[in-house]
Amino acid sequence: MIRMRDLRKDFSVRVPAGRLRREKRLVSAVDGVSLTIEPGEMVGYIGPNGAGKSTTLKMLTGVLSPTSGEVSVFGLTPVPQRTRLALRIGVVFGQRSQLWWDLPLRESFRLLRHVYQVPPAEHEQRLRRCREMLDLDAFLDTPVRQLSLGQRMRGEITAALLHGPKVLFLDEPTIGLDVVSKQAVRSFLAELGATGAVTVVLTTHDLADIERLCDRLVVIDHGRVVHDGTIEALHARYGSRRSLVVDLDSPLPAGFVLPGTSVAGVEADGHRVTFALDETSAAAAVAGLVAVASVRDLSVVEPDIEDVVARLYRAG
Amino acid sequence: MAETGETWAGETWAGGTRAGAIRAYAALVGGKWRSMLSYRASFAAELLSNVGATVLDVTTVFVLFRATATVGGFTLAEAILMTGLTAFGFVLADLTVGNIDDLKRYVRTGQLDTMLTRPLPVLPQLVFTDLPLRKLLRLVFGAAVYGVALAVNDVPWTAGRVLLAAVAPLGAGLFFGAIFVLTASFAFWWVESGEIGNGFTYGGRDFTSYPITVYAHWFRDLFAYALGFGFVSYQPALALLGRADPLGLPAWAGFVAPLVALPAVAVATLAWRTGIRHYRSTGS
Repeated sequence: MIRMRDLRKDFSVRVPAGRLRREKRLVSAVDGVSLTIEPGEMVGYIGPNGAGKSTTLKMLTGVLSPTSGEVSVFGLTPVPQRTRLALRIGVVFGQRSQLWWDLPLRESFRLLRHVYQVPPAEHEQRLRRCREMLDLDAFLDTPVRQLSLGQRMRGEITAALLHGPKVLFLDEPTIGLDVVSKQAVRSFLAELGATGAVTVVLTTHDLADIERLCDRLVVIDHGRVVHDGTIEALHARYGSRRSLVVDLDSPLPAGFVLPGTSVAGVEADGHRVTFALDETSAAAAVAGLVAVASVRDLSVVEPDIEDVVARLYRAG
Repeated sequence: MAETGETWAGETWAGGTRAGAIRAYAALVGGKWRSMLSYRASFAAELLSNVGATVLDVTTVFVLFRATATVGGFTLAEAILMTGLTAFGFVLADLTVGNIDDLKRYVRTGQLDTMLTRPLPVLPQLVFTDLPLRKLLRLVFGAAVYGVALAVNDVPWTAGRVLLAAVAPLGAGLFFGAIFVLTASFAFWWVESGEIGNGFTYGGRDFTSYPITVYAHWFRDLFAYALGFGFVSYQPALALLGRADPLGLPAWAGFVAPLVALPAVAVATLAWRTGIRHYRSTGS
């Protein structure tokens, strides 16, 4: 449904060269991206600032034309067939509001119904769902300029869905939101994705969004895809392992080896040791350890996706 | 969940109808109107101060004629016909596409993105979302000056002149509208285009407020003929008055002068379309 082949976007930027002169330099924001997204998928795009996430989204939504390569959404070429595409997609750009600043939230929805020419009954039905699921009723009559960021974002998501798009693009939907609003947005998107009726493509900096929502994770760095797959696949590929942290009454004897593990860290003069579980289960490791040492406390730590991604960025 | 799924999966209609698009634009204008009403007091103040600006423009012409009986070979009444035609046409353009100047802000902030993801062409969206309704009273004033000017001059009315009198302000409006759009398009290439565009729009308006005979040679040739401003008010006014052009263009030139709007609109459309393709949004 969404296809990108060898997609590129170059920007020419002027950089100061000497006192008055400025030099033109070509920067590839997106540097040969090929991806296919099938109906019903939930895909999360992550990457550091300037990696090309938003630029890719803008090429998919008809805002920017690619420098080269192919892109098609529902078989439409986004920029030339922009207005036809617009009826089939919903777009939330976290940083840019599509609501009417000075009007009550309800009015924006009414105006968008005309802009998208949605039959009243359909509009009503979708708005009712959103009101229930996103708890809009408390601020439906408040002017948008007086809404909190979390309330506004819930309004933006509703606005993007009222015309019944088959795919929803979200650029940083949770940026700057408090914990409660983040939860509200995430559980709404999770529920929306679970229906399978709407394909969801989102960009984020917050890996919790991905862990909660997306089966598929696309990591992009310097305009290139460096990973495309599940979170588990990412861990497997980058060898991130669970680890066992133990607090000991006395340090382990020198030269001690716990089979199937390696020592990942020693703290507090040897009273706290972290083992990476390379080729063994946590249970076997604990059993091997209590046989030789007096263990005061222990915990098993899941691999941290932030670490994996940070390593990925550094490699790139 | 099945029920929810049906809620979302809407019909994908092939595209909007023309009537639907007109309703959409009407809704955008309505949205702007209600937004303004949320600041009633400042809206009223702007409405009045805007009339003030137009009144001043016309007063300048009167002041000039207090010093001399004729300017560039034209009497006050004759000159006022040109001023009125310019004021009416300019206000028509200003009231519709005048706020296109704001494109700079939309481009700089990337807010244009949200218009590009809607199923309507961008230019009318911009125009109707931001219709400068506070300039509404100016229209009344511009039309009044033009009407009075037609009345005080001894126009030898014929069918052709009646038609010209009706078409000339529209031609002027289209021409100024094209200048607005053309100069606003600069923002696609050059966000800090600042006041350069205004130099052409307001400079052009001031140029056409007087008989072009008052201007010196190369300056007149450039603005009146090369850029077409001479056909906005001067030539149609000559044709309405039944006066021969002291600068030597044939009499029929004044009757076809409003057609100058067509190439202007074509150039503006081209610049706009090229500009939109050139749009690069902003980071994030």
